[in-house]
Amino acid sequence: MLKVDAIDAAYGRVQVLRGLSLEARAGEIHCLLGRNGAGKTTLMKAIMGLVSLTGGRILLDGAEISRLPAHAVPRAGIGYIPQGRRLFGELTVSENIEIGLMAGRKGSETRARVLELFPRLAERLDQRADTLSGGEQQMLATARALCLGPKLLLLDEPTEGLQPSMIALIREVVVEMKRRGVAIVLVEQRVDAVLNIADRVSFIENGRVALTTSPEALRADPDLLHRYVGV
Amino acid sequence: MEFGPHLMLAMLEGLVQASVLTLTALGLSLVFGVMRVVNVAHGEFFMLGAVFSWWITQAVGASPALGFIAALLLAPLLVGLIAALADWLVLRRIEYDPERTIVATIGLLYIIQQLTLMSFGPDARPVPPPFNSRIALPWFEWGEGGLSLYWPWGLSITSYKLFVILAAPAVLAALWLVMARSRLGLVLRATRIDGEIARTFAIPVEKVYALVFGIGAALAALGAVLVVPIQQAHYLMGGDPLLLSFIVVIIGGLGSLRGTVLAAVLIGMSDGIISVFFTPTLAKIIATLLVAMVLVFRPEGLFGERRA
Repeated sequence: MLKVDAIDAAYGRVQVLRGLSLEARAGEIHCLLGRNGAGKTTLMKAIMGLVSLTGGRILLDGAEISRLPAHAVPRAGIGYIPQGRRLFGELTVSENIEIGLMAGRKGSETRARVLELFPRLAERLDQRADTLSGGEQQMLATARALCLGPKLLLLDEPTEGLQPSMIALIREVVVEMKRRGVAIVLVEQRVDAVLNIADRVSFIENGRVALTTSPEALRADPDLLHRYVGV
Repeated sequence: MEFGPHLMLAMLEGLVQASVLTLTALGLSLVFGVMRVVNVAHGEFFMLGAVFSWWITQAVGASPALGFIAALLLAPLLVGLIAALADWLVLRRIEYDPERTIVATIGLLYIIQQLTLMSFGPDARPVPPPFNSRIALPWFEWGEGGLSLYWPWGLSITSYKLFVILAAPAVLAALWLVMARSRLGLVLRATRIDGEIARTFAIPVEKVYALVFGIGAALAALGAVLVVPIQQAHYLMGGDPLLLSFIVVIIGGLGSLRGTVLAAVLIGMSDGIISVFFTPTLAKIIATLLVAMVLVFRPEGLFGERRA
């Protein structure tokens, strides 16, 4: 599905990604862990074409997407839920969803299916997005990305600042997407949230993948977490 | 003439000013709101609208009405295309950096102005109005028999000025419909709020910027086409609309379309009224003072959102 092949990326003179390689497969949740500033969010942005690569390439189903302009990347089938949600706050719930549908060239059927996953949003369609609670905003960010009908979903710290019931709901939706065959790359700070649902875990350190392992191996060797994440 | 009818006359002149200013300032506000670009060349797009209007009416020839309709349709379109081209050739290459775009649009201002001087010449040229009959207006007075209407000498407006006053709200309504009810409007609003995230939803932000820059310039050109039968086309006529548009956009709140419209009506009306009773210079002095007060006491403008 997704193959990130030895990519380099920099903000000005500051090198952030250094020969990073990664794979994500259909129907699998690949979690990324790492300290702040390790390059997790930059990797997400690089996949979305928001950060230019200075080396390497990114392939989706064998086709190179790293040469595409940023606005063409979502049409290749990638949904992105950014850190901090970044909804179109002045737009209504309905308009945010419409933006996702337009991006995926989807219609009312997709809209109905997505709203079925988040019935609370269906009750607030005419409400401005920036007046929703934190949990509802995360639901909307997720719903907006799902409206694309993605085959690859990138989630950047989706549970940040949410109450446990909301975290459970978001987790349920992620697992449901996995069940439907969507490849998922999930950046998380909360290790406990990761271990229960991940199929593979990669540690990012200094812009590289330092280790890729299984959740079982992580449970068996807690020193790994201490070494790469500091917990 | 008595004070009441005189005031009404001044208000009608003010409304003509306000109508043209609303369209011009809206273009500037739209460009800033979506692209965060302060377009110093905006007044030159206004001037180009007037100059193209003259050329088109000359080319059409015989009928002023036909020439005006052609100018109304073609001049904003041509100016919009030139602006979109300028966006593509200049602003896009400097990545819409706020400081560099100011310098770049100053350069654009001089290029457009000097090219117009070379091709159009230094003379002011009139464009005939498509219709221009004089409409007498009534006034009222309280007499012994109660309220009665009469027709004071000199209280009148031309049918063309009345058309200008009515045209601006019609254009505004159309613009509002596009912004609030269409997919294009949704795309423009999403891009204005967060261009980076708009890209992750397949919105080609650079194309949207070119379109917005074109629409902004086309609105200024439309204002010029409307005003040129009253004012004449001249290669230096872009200065005043630029100054007044900046005043309006600062008072209304940068990027606030609602604020821009209300401030344009306020400034246009006061400019018209003060110009009739006193002098146009005093009107500009008062408007500039108002801007200074707004900048001191409410820097985000009367209708702009306060930033944390």
